[in-house]
Amino acid sequence: MRFIFKTSYEQDLTLFGDRVQRNWYVALLVGLLGLPWLLPAYLTDLSLVLIYGLCGLSLMVLAGYTGLVSLGHAAFLGIGAYAHVYFVQDVGLPWIVAVALATALTAAAGVLVGSPALRMTGVYLTIATLAFALVIQEVFTRWDRVTHGLKGRPVDKPVIFGVSFATDAAFYFLCLGFLIGGLWLTRNLLRAPTGRAWVAIRDSEIAAQSMGVNLAVYKTMAFSYSAGLMGLAGALFAHKIGFLAPDIFGVLFSIQFLLMVVVGGLGSLHGAVFGAVFVALLPVVISQARDSVPAWIGAVVSVLGSGAGTAAFRTTDRLVKQPGLEPGIFGLILVLFILFEPLGIYGRWVKLKVYFSTFPLYKRATFKRQRAYMRSERLR
Amino acid sequence: MLNGVAVGCIYGLVALGFVLIYKAMELVNFAQGELMMLGAFTCYMLVVWYGFGYWVAFAAAVAAVGLFGAALDAVVLRRVLGQPQFAVVMLTIGLGAIFRSFASITWGSEIYTLPTPFSARTTRIGGITVSHEYLSIIVGTIVLCAVLYAFFTYTKVGVAMQAASQNQLAAYYMGIPVKLMGSLIWAIAAGVAAIAGVLLAPVSLIDTNLGFVGLKAFAAAVLGGFGSIPGALVGGLTIGLIELLSGTYLPQGFKDVAAYLVLLLVLAIRPQGMFGTAGRKKV
Repeated sequence: MRFIFKTSYEQDLTLFGDRVQRNWYVALLVGLLGLPWLLPAYLTDLSLVLIYGLCGLSLMVLAGYTGLVSLGHAAFLGIGAYAHVYFVQDVGLPWIVAVALATALTAAAGVLVGSPALRMTGVYLTIATLAFALVIQEVFTRWDRVTHGLKGRPVDKPVIFGVSFATDAAFYFLCLGFLIGGLWLTRNLLRAPTGRAWVAIRDSEIAAQSMGVNLAVYKTMAFSYSAGLMGLAGALFAHKIGFLAPDIFGVLFSIQFLLMVVVGGLGSLHGAVFGAVFVALLPVVISQARDSVPAWIGAVVSVLGSGAGTAAFRTTDRLVKQPGLEPGIFGLILVLFILFEPLGIYGRWVKLKVYFSTFPLYKRATFKRQRAYMRSERLR
Repeated sequence: MLNGVAVGCIYGLVALGFVLIYKAMELVNFAQGELMMLGAFTCYMLVVWYGFGYWVAFAAAVAAVGLFGAALDAVVLRRVLGQPQFAVVMLTIGLGAIFRSFASITWGSEIYTLPTPFSARTTRIGGITVSHEYLSIIVGTIVLCAVLYAFFTYTKVGVAMQAASQNQLAAYYMGIPVKLMGSLIWAIAAGVAAIAGVLLAPVSLIDTNLGFVGLKAFAAAVLGGFGSIPGALVGGLTIGLIELLSGTYLPQGFKDVAAYLVLLLVLAIRPQGMFGTAGRKKV
């Protein structure tokens, strides 16, 4: 086991625990910078991972750190995307200004949703954000002048200070920059009094309030910060997909963001990124599996006889070509994670790390879930 | 006007399912709309593919979905009791996605119409013409409510369920099998959802998006106060009427979102709903 012996107070303030940890992150950064040359074929998927990383970060602050579950984050993404495109293409503002405005506008929308949310707890809030998202989606459909309604509107490639970011690699670096910026900002915010207040609210609202945390201020702040990040992600997302239509920003998209946070691991920034990688790459994996899995199953079953093999091939082939399969797989993964690994991928990662650092002495009971009884949240 | 009442009845029935489960286990079942869709599809399959009579298929579909609900509770949901609400919400959302995907794989993405004995027949009551489909919804809701009311008040099992949902520990000490009661509540809630689905099927068509009616039923449940059974029905009727009126008097587009706007308004002004009780958690 490695112990970090602290000799000065400054050590508590550093971003990374020690030099080893920092070097690992630097290595990761170098790897990410080199990725466009290593995997040129998957570059568009990789920039999607980075954008989803921002989305995951945004929802992680809200759901993972403040304990406010939102089912309406796709609406914030949409507001950011449409606002950005409107400012750049219709108003003609410079790119950076448009992004800043879009972020600010989405943050303001977050305040709008967040302030009535103060009176609600738990599931009510989730339902309210869901309703908000559905209303906003209808607004996207009807507000023709800005959103071009159901026709959708095409999005140009980003041009910043006269430099075009049209190539996939350039866009990848742009997204990487924003993600690192977002991670850095959020990490520091979470270590500051603001973040501590958020965590206190998550763990016990009443305890936080009696310790002098102003619930109204901090909940609204969490909402607007989360929405702002989502708006920023929306601006990038608009360029990524290149065509905005209202039906993209539906309930299923919001559910995907929640999936991201749960699968990644609630309450950790690593989890947000892991979840983003998972959710962004799963469709790629599924579409590859679509082509190969029936052949494998056919080959395995054909041990029983060639007729059975062909039949099995046909059945699975028909099954995996169904369009509705993907959300089902997402749902199944969500259910399995909640039942068997509530701490998500990050929890698994921590377990692995602890296993190796305490090598022969690892105890399974360290991570055993406390036995939980049903506690009434009904207000009585 | 009657159409609004009929649609409102459906919202009320689905909301009733929410409320039953919420009262029993303090979890909100985001898959309620999907259970309703499964009910409608099962009934359609039995009637059209296998040629059963409407009433037989109706009963079979409700029983099947009810059993399915009980199994769901026993196998999946009992494991997460006591976990934070967030986990449970996510679980039911995931289940809903699985059901929707299952439906689109099994029954395809076509849109079906369910033939019923009520189709295309009308009655004149006091000068207004009423189609039998809407009438069947209203009558069905009234009958179902009466049956449920009688069940919860006069039978031993019903009273035990009430006890279990009021205080699980005390009920357990009194010798009530609380787990079994939980499964039974799920069965009833799923069965009610299936009934709502089958009743709604002739009016709106059956397809995989039927589950989204569940979202509007949220509005009904919240409007009535989440823990109140009469509240759910009143909320459902209110939402149905509001939707109808906003379709008539407000500009296009408001009809679809009226329910959600009302929901947001209610949550902002009176979060405990019309019949709910407010209070603070005691520490």
